[in-house]
Order: sequence, then C-alpha cells, then structure tokens
Amino acid sequence: MALSVDIKKRLGNFELDVQFETAEGMLAILGASGCGKSMTLKCIAGIETPDEGRIVLDDVVLFDSEKHINLKPQKRKVGYLFQQYALFPNMTALQNIMCGVREGSKEEKRQKALEIIDRLHLNGCEDKKPSMLSGGQQQRCALARILVNEPQVLLLDEPFSALDAHLRFHTERQVENIIKDFGKTVLFVSHDRDEVFRLTDQIAVMEDGHFKAIGEKHAVFLDPSTMGGAILTGCKNISDAHVVGPNRVYAEDWDVELAVGEIPEDFRGIGIRMHDVHIVDGETSVTYEKENAFHCKVLGEIENPFSYSVMLRPDGKNGDRYILIDLEKPVWNQMRKEYLDVCLPKDKILLLK
Amino acid sequence: MNLFPLWNSLRIALISTVVVFFLGLFFAYYIAKLPRVLKGILDVILTLPLVLPPTVVGYLVLRLVGPRRVLGKFFLAAFGFTIPMTWWSAIIVTVVVIFPLMYRTARGAFESFDNTLMYSGQTLGLSNSFIFWRIRLPYCRQGILAGTVLAFARALGEYGATSMIAGYIPGHTATISTTVYALWKNNQDAEALKWVLVNIAISAVVLLAVNLLEKREKQKGVKA
Repeated sequence: MALSVDIKKRLGNFELDVQFETAEGMLAILGASGCGKSMTLKCIAGIETPDEGRIVLDDVVLFDSEKHINLKPQKRKVGYLFQQYALFPNMTALQNIMCGVREGSKEEKRQKALEIIDRLHLNGCEDKKPSMLSGGQQQRCALARILVNEPQVLLLDEPFSALDAHLRFHTERQVENIIKDFGKTVLFVSHDRDEVFRLTDQIAVMEDGHFKAIGEKHAVFLDPSTMGGAILTGCKNISDAHVVGPNRVYAEDWDVELAVGEIPEDFRGIGIRMHDVHIVDGETSVTYEKENAFHCKVLGEIENPFSYSVMLRPDGKNGDRYILIDLEKPVWNQMRKEYLDVCLPKDKILLLK
Repeated sequence: MNLFPLWNSLRIALISTVVVFFLGLFFAYYIAKLPRVLKGILDVILTLPLVLPPTVVGYLVLRLVGPRRVLGKFFLAAFGFTIPMTWWSAIIVTVVVIFPLMYRTARGAFESFDNTLMYSGQTLGLSNSFIFWRIRLPYCRQGILAGTVLAFARALGEYGATSMIAGYIPGHTATISTTVYALWKNNQDAEALKWVLVNIAISAVVLLAVNLLEKREKQKGVKA
C-alpha cells in the first residue's frame, strides 16, 4: 500500500510542484488556502491533469506524462471526500450510498449500503435527502458512500471546515476511528494546524505549490524550517532577519540582535512561539538569562477568552512589529505594568528559510 | 368545427419539442466544453433563429429543401417526393425556430450545476452517462423544464416560417395559427375567433401547468 506522487502543473503564475511518497497511514498536508493542496488531491483523483510527472498507487500507474498514461477518475480507485461532501441532492442517503457500490445486483448493493449505514450510525437517515441531514450525518453519509466504493486511498479535502465549531471536535473523533478501520493510505488536507496535529502523525507543510517541510508532526512543529511553515504551525512572532556574525542575527522587524544556534543556508528570518518567550523578572520568573534578554515597553494587550496577548517592544528600539507574549489572565491581572523584562531563549528560536 | 388544425398544431409542436429537447441538451452540454472562440461563434449561430424573423428562417430552410435546391433535389431523386407543402415540413422550421429557447435555458441551467457532484460521481466510478441523466439533469430540471415548456408554447404559436414552407392546405397542413389568418382573410371572423380562443386556452393551460409545477418544486424544496 503506497502512493507515490511527482507532479508539476502550471496555472497562470501559479506553479504546483510536489513530490512525495506515503505508505499506510495518514499524511496531512497543511497549507493556506490557494497553496495548491486541493489541486494536488484533484490531480491524484484524476479530476485535474498535471502538465508532467507520475502518480503511482500500489504499483498501478495512474498518471505518467512520458508514457501517456492518464487513467480516468472512474478507474483510479481513489476515494475523494469533498469539502461540501458533494452528496447527490436528488437522491436519498441510501441511494447516494448505493451509487458508491461498484458491483452487484440492486439488492446486493442495497445490502452493502445498509451494512455501512449501520456501521457509521446512520440508521434512520436512509430515506432522507441530504438537505434533511445534519452536517455530521452528511459527512458520514459521504464517507459511507466512499468506503463502500472500496478505494485504495482516501483523500480528505478540508473535511471539517463546513461544520460548526462545536461539532468539529466530536466529528473529528468519529472520523478518526473510521479512518483507522480503513487501514490504507489517507491524505488529509487542511489549513487548521490543531486539527492536523490531533489527527495525523505525518505532516507536510505546503506553500505556494511546493512542499516546504515533511515529516513527523512533533519534528515539523518544533522546526517548521520555513517562514510559511512557521506561520502555518501557529507561530505568532516572526521577523525577517540577516546574519551579523557567527551565531548572531539581526531581527529586522524587532530591531534587535539575537544569539542563535546554528544558522542554516538560505536563512531568511526567525520566529519564536508566544509561550516560548519568558518573563525574567517578578514572581513569575522562570529562568534568568542574560542572553537575548530585553527590557520591553508594553504597547498594549489583547484579551482572549482565557489569556492576554501582550504586545511588547524592546525599549529604545524602532521595530515595525511587536513581540507577542501569551499570559494567563490571573498572571497578567496581577502584574500589569508598563515595562516587562523578557528573554527569547536561544534554543527556542526558530531559524527559518 | 373541423378540429384538424388543433390536431395538426399539437403534433407539430409535440414532435418538434421532443426533437429540440434532445438537440438542445446535446448542444448545451457539448458546446460548454469547447474552446472559447469556437464556443462564441457557435453560440451566435445557434441563437440567431431567436432574433431572426420567422420568415427569414422559412426562406433559408426553403433554400435548403426546396425541390430545386441541394437537399430537396436529393430527396426527390432518392425518395421521390418533395418536402415543402407537407404537414411535417412544418416540423423542420419549427425545430429551427424553437431550438434557441431550449438551448439557451439548458445552457444556463448547466452552468449553475455544481461540478463537484460530477467529480465525486466520477471518482466513485459512475459512468458519464449515469452522471448526466441521473445527477446533472435532475439537478438542473427546473431550468430544463422551463426551457421545454417555453419551446412547446412557442412551437404552438409558430406562424411565419410554417406558412412559408407548409402553406395552408385545409385538412393537410393547416395549423391553428395559419387557420386564424386564412379565416380572417376570408372574412370568417366568427370562425377565426373560435380558433383564437382555442389558442389562448391552450397557452394559458401550459403556462398554468408550469407555475403549478414550480410551486410544487418549491414546496418540496422547503420540506427537503
């Protein structure tokens, strides 16, 4: 069970250029909208045709521009769950699912459909049109229709984005179980880092039509390696930077010099997550470090439901951007002052390309 | 009252509508897939009969199928009969005249179709013809139904091109519209009025049926 993709496609100024291989299990593609992640899925499913390249699924060549192979979507055995589920509105849930069964008499198809309806807890929805179903039911109905189709790979295109926020978490757990039972390759596309982190082990970060990082999720979040990757994985403090000496960089947006670890090639900027910025004075002091410590002016605060994001600027500096630090409500309520001493620990600074 | 014109009008309109239903769907579906320039040109040609006077359409068709013209000659030689002045010759011109109504409404309806439904059908392994008849058409049925009914109503009212190609032969090629004209011309005003009323009644029933259908669709939509 493996999927191997190596494709290029131009669309005006946009260029999609992705290479990856994935075995059993789930790979998430994390990317902002318009980065080409859905286009990648569509190329695999055969809905879009790449300009060049090769797509192989379990030793079956789905697409090969050199050999002029381009299997029809009907022949690819690819299960595609669309963002809005794409249930046929003129058919009932049962009819929709029966459409997914590839072979057998009408009665056999009916039996298969009823089995999966039972498995995915859709009982009672059989004779309802899709518009009568709740968002979660619609999604399970679409999944049922795909699973009875017995695909070799599942492509999930932003599967939770059409659901209300409070339903999402619950639905996510259900889908997680369904996918585990599926047991084959799953590609999961999303722009939501939390969702991606919860559901998958392998993450690919996509930016501008290219994979910028791919690997185990903890490693990718620890070192997103590119500016885009840092943004996508939720890093709020990002600054352009250039090298000023061995292991020293100048952060342009903050107007400060910082000591850092080993600087990679093509170095473009730095980032640090809000919770990695430490306060180095007062009662909440965690560590005291002289390195990368700054006396900062508090520019303002943003109230979140359970915390404050406090905006800081190193005193006397003229950066365009502030440094954000996340503080729990009681902590900030107690201390709230005009100046804060903070430290940007060297080992927490992300060095980005 | 001799009912032949009613019967003749209905069969011409019905047959033309059936022909145009399939022709219109076919062209609406395939022209949407053509490259832009070709699409633009074909679109103009296919819509032209909508704005041309029916007499111009009648003239052009006559030039094609008249006994001394290309197709007419061929028919005469091959089958031994001439096309004009038969009751079914009216079908030819009626098809041309009502085609744009079906074609344009069907195209508009197809354009509103959600293509992800087609894609999901394809990835599930459904054949393209299944997707067309069982998913695309039902999805677009409102527009297609409206186009069909409009085409039928227009076919029933076709006069200019019909009178040119099929003429007015009572009991052979007379339709409601040509009968009204012939009777009026012969000062048979009372007779003409009867046919006028018949025509209005049929058209009103057709339009009423459409409105009722639409209403039912909407109610179904609310419940669904």
